[in-house]
Amino acid sequence: MIDDESPDGISSAQADYSPISDAYVPPTGGLTPLPSVFDEASDDHDIGTTPFDNASRAASKRFLASRKSLPGEWLAPRSPTKLAMRRFKKNKLAVGGAIVAGLLYFFALFAPFLAPYDYITQSDNSYQPPVRIHWSGGPIIYQTTWAFNEYQERVYADDLTHSEHVKLFVRGDKYKIFGLLPCVWHLFGVSGSQRIHILGTDQLGRDYLSRVLYGSQISLSVGILAVIISFGIGLVVGGISGFYGGILDDIIMRICEIVMSIPDLYLLIALAAFLPSTISPILSYVLITVILAFVGWAGMARIVRGMVLSARELQYVEAARALGVSDSRIIMRHVVPVTFTFAIVQASLAIPGYMLAEAGLSFLGVGIRDPVPSWGNLLATGEGITNLIHRPWILYPGLLIFISTLSINFVGDGLRDALDPKTK
Amino acid sequence: MIWYITRRILQLIPLVLGITFMSFAIMKLAPGDYLSTMRQNPDISPETIARLSADFGLDKPWLVQYLIWIKNAFHGDFGYSFTYKMPVFQLIGSYAGATLLLSLTSLLFSYCVALPMGIYAATHKNGLIDRIASVLAAAGIALPGFFVAILALMFAESTGWFPVAGMESNNYSSLSAVGKVLDVGKHLILPTLVLGTRGVASIMRMMRGNLLDVLSENYILAARARGMSERVVIIKHAARSAINPLITMFGGDLGGLLAGAALVENVMAWPGLGRLLLASVQSKDLYVAMGSFIMGAGMLIVGNLIADVLLAVTDPRIKFS
Repeated sequence: MIDDESPDGISSAQADYSPISDAYVPPTGGLTPLPSVFDEASDDHDIGTTPFDNASRAASKRFLASRKSLPGEWLAPRSPTKLAMRRFKKNKLAVGGAIVAGLLYFFALFAPFLAPYDYITQSDNSYQPPVRIHWSGGPIIYQTTWAFNEYQERVYADDLTHSEHVKLFVRGDKYKIFGLLPCVWHLFGVSGSQRIHILGTDQLGRDYLSRVLYGSQISLSVGILAVIISFGIGLVVGGISGFYGGILDDIIMRICEIVMSIPDLYLLIALAAFLPSTISPILSYVLITVILAFVGWAGMARIVRGMVLSARELQYVEAARALGVSDSRIIMRHVVPVTFTFAIVQASLAIPGYMLAEAGLSFLGVGIRDPVPSWGNLLATGEGITNLIHRPWILYPGLLIFISTLSINFVGDGLRDALDPKTK
Repeated sequence: MIWYITRRILQLIPLVLGITFMSFAIMKLAPGDYLSTMRQNPDISPETIARLSADFGLDKPWLVQYLIWIKNAFHGDFGYSFTYKMPVFQLIGSYAGATLLLSLTSLLFSYCVALPMGIYAATHKNGLIDRIASVLAAAGIALPGFFVAILALMFAESTGWFPVAGMESNNYSSLSAVGKVLDVGKHLILPTLVLGTRGVASIMRMMRGNLLDVLSENYILAARARGMSERVVIIKHAARSAINPLITMFGGDLGGLLAGAALVENVMAWPGLGRLLLASVQSKDLYVAMGSFIMGAGMLIVGNLIADVLLAVTDPRIKFS
């Protein structure tokens, strides 16, 4: 279909990979410089070497050849990566998911600035409900007063005689931007002794919004880190196992089977519950991530092994071996790229699972532990599930877990459809 | 057939040994044991600790402890619970039963809901219901099980329609046999719904995909060309072969089901293995933790075995080799 390309090239290029988004339509009659994607070097950025990709790569080569005879002609950029990007952009759910996830990660990155307080400062106001913001020449909040009811629970009320203006960019608790630059400015807050609790407080009177924001740093990053570690292990171990075969393969596969025949949460609980509660928050974060990765690598290793086994029989691998190319080079240059597209897709689809696992562990009290917040352990701060009816704001992190896993799932689905259009 | 099953079971022996070894290693490599909390208690004399330690076999090197445990396990003695003061084997039985009951009802629920939904979604592809179902399915997969469990408990608490937690009412022992079954059944509804929801989503998506694949096969075209009613084509020809891959998935999904059950059990106070495991691991009750760990793995392995056998039975293309 590409061989009988008409000399003008443009219309048939569009027909092959239609519909092309508006961004790629050339100005009518105008001459656009050749995009640099057709440089030989750009081949290094290609993902995967599926027949589809080979076809389109060959096509772009042919375009390149034909272009020499027709200088200045506009060409649609068609590297596999660009094609995948285009397919991804057409998927509304995936784009929406990417936007939402991006926003959440952005909030997490700037959590200390967005949060009005740090996550540890306690106050007297236990389980104060979310504050109501009123308007009187600008946003104001009323001072809260409280009294015990007949069950010795605090009942909060607004003291209409005292109010504070909510201001932007106020000085508050110290923190470090990206853990480096010390800073005292917060996006919003109130001056004076009054505190503003947009999402209420927890049992120790800590600002819940601040804790949710700081918690997002942990809950959102743990999934990605765990995926990187476990897929790293899975790719290497699966690659070695599939490539070398024999006894090594047998041993590795038996170990994989053992790991996989234990329900993952059982393994997680057993591993995580033994972490001493005295270790530092950073260490426990790292260990939880490693534990999550440890539970997940086996499945990946098995799949990669299967792919490598079939890749090993491919003729170009045989050719490389005949040429005397070293094993490590064959693995890195010829075998791993075959599994790479697949790995990216699987990794993005696996992130939500790790996030849910972390949330579950932390909720059970064996993951990230108080006082460090994560969305999972924040949900457990309601002191008994039946009390949550009176403290519904404690549930917001659950909603956030849902939104983040959903949007990352959509991104993963979109990536799969975009990178690997055959396996839908 | 029997030969196939026997061989599969024989293959499991090294696997089970590996699992026990790994779980023992995990429990032992972690710092502290059941007695370490006792040691900090000044009221308990070192002699008592030493005696207890010898009784429980905690004074020997852990590899020796493991070998002793394995030897005893062959004789049906899976150790003794430090906290519950009873043999692990007796203790675990009822917990495993509760987990099994919950898992089975959830499976039943998810298949009963998901299969018709999947068939409908595939036959009305891109229709309104199909789209709603696919969005719901995506949501169902992303929902954290324990969060749904919390919401379900809040629902039960505020409406009073369902018992709030646990498996039995307070007056369980005074109920008649029928009453006992009904009582457990009533407690079972919410956990089943919570645990089953996740399965509904994935099974529905899978069924829809399979059925769409099958519907494009030539033999479906042939069946239609012969004038069979659409109903017969879908139910008798297409759906039957679309279900086959689901059986494989059943094996793969069982691990997720048990893991999900562990969370739901802990939230909803369902006396299952996951709950026992967490409690025993936290109190360093070594042999109970080992027992529930291995029991969980065992259920997964047996489930996979059943799935393989089922697949071999339903799909004549698969040979026992």
